[in-house]
Amino acid sequence: MLHVGYALVPGTIAYAWLFGIGVLVQILLACVTAVIAEGLILFLRKRPIKRTLADGSALLTAVLLALAIPPIAPWWVIVLGTAFAIIFGKQVYGGIGYNPFNPAMLGYVMLLISFPLEMTRWPAAFSLLEQTPTLQASLDVIFNAGLGIDTVSGATPLDAIKTQLGQGMDIHSTIISSTYGELFGSLAGVGWEIVSLGFLIGGLYLLVTQRIAWQIPLAMLGTIAVLASVFYLIDSARYMSPLLHLFGGATMLGAFFIATDPVSAATTPRGRIYYGIGIGVFTFIIRSWGSYPEGIAFAVLLMNMAAPTIDYYTRPTVFGQSRD
Amino acid sequence: MTSAQTKVFNFHGGLLLDDHKSVSTSRPIELAPIPPQLILPLTQHLGHAAKPCVKVGDSVLKGQCIAKADGRVSAPIHASSSGKVVAIEPRAVPHPSNLKTDCIVIETDGRDTPFASEPTGLSNYHSLSTDEIRQRIQDAGIVGLGGAGFPSHIKLNPGEHSVETLILNAAECEPYISCDDMLMREHADAIISGLRIMQHALHAKSCMIGIEDNKIEAYQALLTAIDSSDDIRLVRVPTRYPAGGERQLIYSLTGKQTPTHGRPAEIGIVCHNVGTAFAVHNAITKGEALISRVVTLTGSGIPQPRNMHVRIGTPIHDLLEHCHAHEHDIGQILIGGPMMGFKIDSSAAPVTKICNCVLATHQRDIKPADNPMPCIRCGECTNVCPVNLLPQQLYWHARAQEFDRVQDYNLFDCIECGCCDVVCPSRIPLVQYFRFAKTTIWRQEHDKEKSDKARERHEHRLERLEREKREKRERHNRKKAALKKEPDQKEDPKKAAILAAMKRVQEKKSATNKAPANTDNLTAEQQRKIDEADARRAEHNKDNNGN
Repeated sequence: MLHVGYALVPGTIAYAWLFGIGVLVQILLACVTAVIAEGLILFLRKRPIKRTLADGSALLTAVLLALAIPPIAPWWVIVLGTAFAIIFGKQVYGGIGYNPFNPAMLGYVMLLISFPLEMTRWPAAFSLLEQTPTLQASLDVIFNAGLGIDTVSGATPLDAIKTQLGQGMDIHSTIISSTYGELFGSLAGVGWEIVSLGFLIGGLYLLVTQRIAWQIPLAMLGTIAVLASVFYLIDSARYMSPLLHLFGGATMLGAFFIATDPVSAATTPRGRIYYGIGIGVFTFIIRSWGSYPEGIAFAVLLMNMAAPTIDYYTRPTVFGQSRD
Repeated sequence: MTSAQTKVFNFHGGLLLDDHKSVSTSRPIELAPIPPQLILPLTQHLGHAAKPCVKVGDSVLKGQCIAKADGRVSAPIHASSSGKVVAIEPRAVPHPSNLKTDCIVIETDGRDTPFASEPTGLSNYHSLSTDEIRQRIQDAGIVGLGGAGFPSHIKLNPGEHSVETLILNAAECEPYISCDDMLMREHADAIISGLRIMQHALHAKSCMIGIEDNKIEAYQALLTAIDSSDDIRLVRVPTRYPAGGERQLIYSLTGKQTPTHGRPAEIGIVCHNVGTAFAVHNAITKGEALISRVVTLTGSGIPQPRNMHVRIGTPIHDLLEHCHAHEHDIGQILIGGPMMGFKIDSSAAPVTKICNCVLATHQRDIKPADNPMPCIRCGECTNVCPVNLLPQQLYWHARAQEFDRVQDYNLFDCIECGCCDVVCPSRIPLVQYFRFAKTTIWRQEHDKEKSDKARERHEHRLERLEREKREKRERHNRKKAALKKEPDQKEDPKKAAILAAMKRVQEKKSATNKAPANTDNLTAEQQRKIDEADARRAEHNKDNNGN
């Protein structure tokens, strides 16, 4: 777990650097909430508190949820979401190892459905703002009921495309339009692409050190890339480019850090490939034809449900059951 | 031929473990002294227990058969030194259950007098038929010395299968154990001779010896012993536990997978252990029964770890004493290695034919086991499983006692090598769960079989009772019918006449009673009138008659 934490560092630093320290505040809030919530439930369940907390899984859930929600969301959003993730996403099932769903994603989806306004106001990259907000301004946004939120927020690239498509404007026009054009960088969204690269670096570190199974991120990213390329080639006015898919939104974070949660993922080597493909397919479907601009959380939860069945039908051939 | 020309196939998973072998290989194999008492369990092999053929009080000589094989899947037991039988009773034996089983106890006389009518050895085994060789091997009480203890004469009988390759298992992959290694270093010629005898018995076309590449001296010794022959291939396999598992070794050497519920003979392969080859050599060429074996005495509880030729039946505490180990310092004694060995409670238990290693750990090195944490399905266990199972799923279902599911996940293919235990980050004793599930399923099947039998018996009984009742009734009926039939024929006309008459009367009666006549409901006045009329008629009739 510790190494997963290390691997999150590059992406998180880039995030804070480009979008303000809001994300760090959210992480702090989430961690404190997670420890309190987990400790409380462990106490009520009469389970070893110190030893369980020391496994770091609650903190990881907290950090992932904090990275998933808008960093300028009010403080109670992350507190509520983390408590929900820990208590209802994990502890009610019996704690770590027994939760069928990824707790962070369960918390995220609960927040997204319950508080759509707070959950869809994203910060704009500093480079797009007229002036960099002060520390006080950043904290005010979180702790003082969104004071001055308009000065720091802006549309995300996936948001802009979805909204504009809804209004009959094709993707080319959005990308070159005077209102939204500045959102798009060389890979995907300005700022977001750097954050994604940061998570990619961390993910590769986990991959190389064999701390995560390679099958899930590879299958997921591969599926998204293939589907995006095919549809982009068919109709580039209606479908985003593969680069936008891979480096916009939470694809990298999702592929390396969220989908790879071993507890809720498929566990057989072959099953993990199908699991990754499934997440890729659902993500693409939701992004392209759903009403949400981002679909990773839903895709992960959907595949969580399928994991036991996938495992059952992808049992490896036992030694001696095949001929040679 | 050397390993250079032979491709080695890599089985899935496995682990590179610290082998701890060098601690016990620095000195030559030592001869263990004759213990004051020998304890010889009647079950030292797979199959039926041997049947004692001596009585308490009998004097026995070294090499004398003291218990006969009971049937084909069994092996005789021989006295490993001369002395007197003092008891045949249950004693502590090295077994995972730590239960006592029947043993023949011999008080030794120290003279070690050999048994006179031992079958003499033969320098040329070719003069023996393969059946004779197998008979001699069975009579010598030889069983698989690698650990399973399967009677060797059975494995040397190819039956309907033709044996392509005889594999000699010299891998000895488990940490700490070095008895095969030392045996190869010191008795390579005898091992190769034993291999030749086994090849002859099996009519095997070729032989392979699989040895882990960490046993350099043993490899050299075997290489020298093989010299000119070219049908024995000595192959080094990578040191990776469990390379010495029978199925794993066969795969490494030939690329063939033994069918899960089958035997290697089905794919034309037979696999024997080097210790067994040594015992076969002694039995055929010297006429010696299996009365001793090499045992590794090692572990932090033994000051000078070593290998010894130990008489079967020597109590383990005598060996520990001989090695200057202080019993109160020893925290735990394992029979076998740290991976697949099992703990014994009593050091009074003897060395048996399948006891290859006594691993005594010093008290200070016994760490309390960590409490297991929940499984997070990380899949490390899957990565190391040499059988390609999903231990995390097996664990999940075994814990929930979902025994059907566990079998879907191929529980019974688990070889209990313990690799998954070693790598589990949550320190879950997985193999323990698998053993539990296996034994529970066996017990359930046993119970089911028993209850099926009971039900069958019960149904049979009900059926029998029903049948008896039916037969009784039929008999009764037949008798009655017979009795009835005879008089019927005689009395028929009479009876018929009576019956007919009765019937007529009945009919008449019913006819008169049938239709309600107008005379049925009369008033007293009317009745009186009728009576008067009747009386008059009677008068009149009387008068007429009088005329």
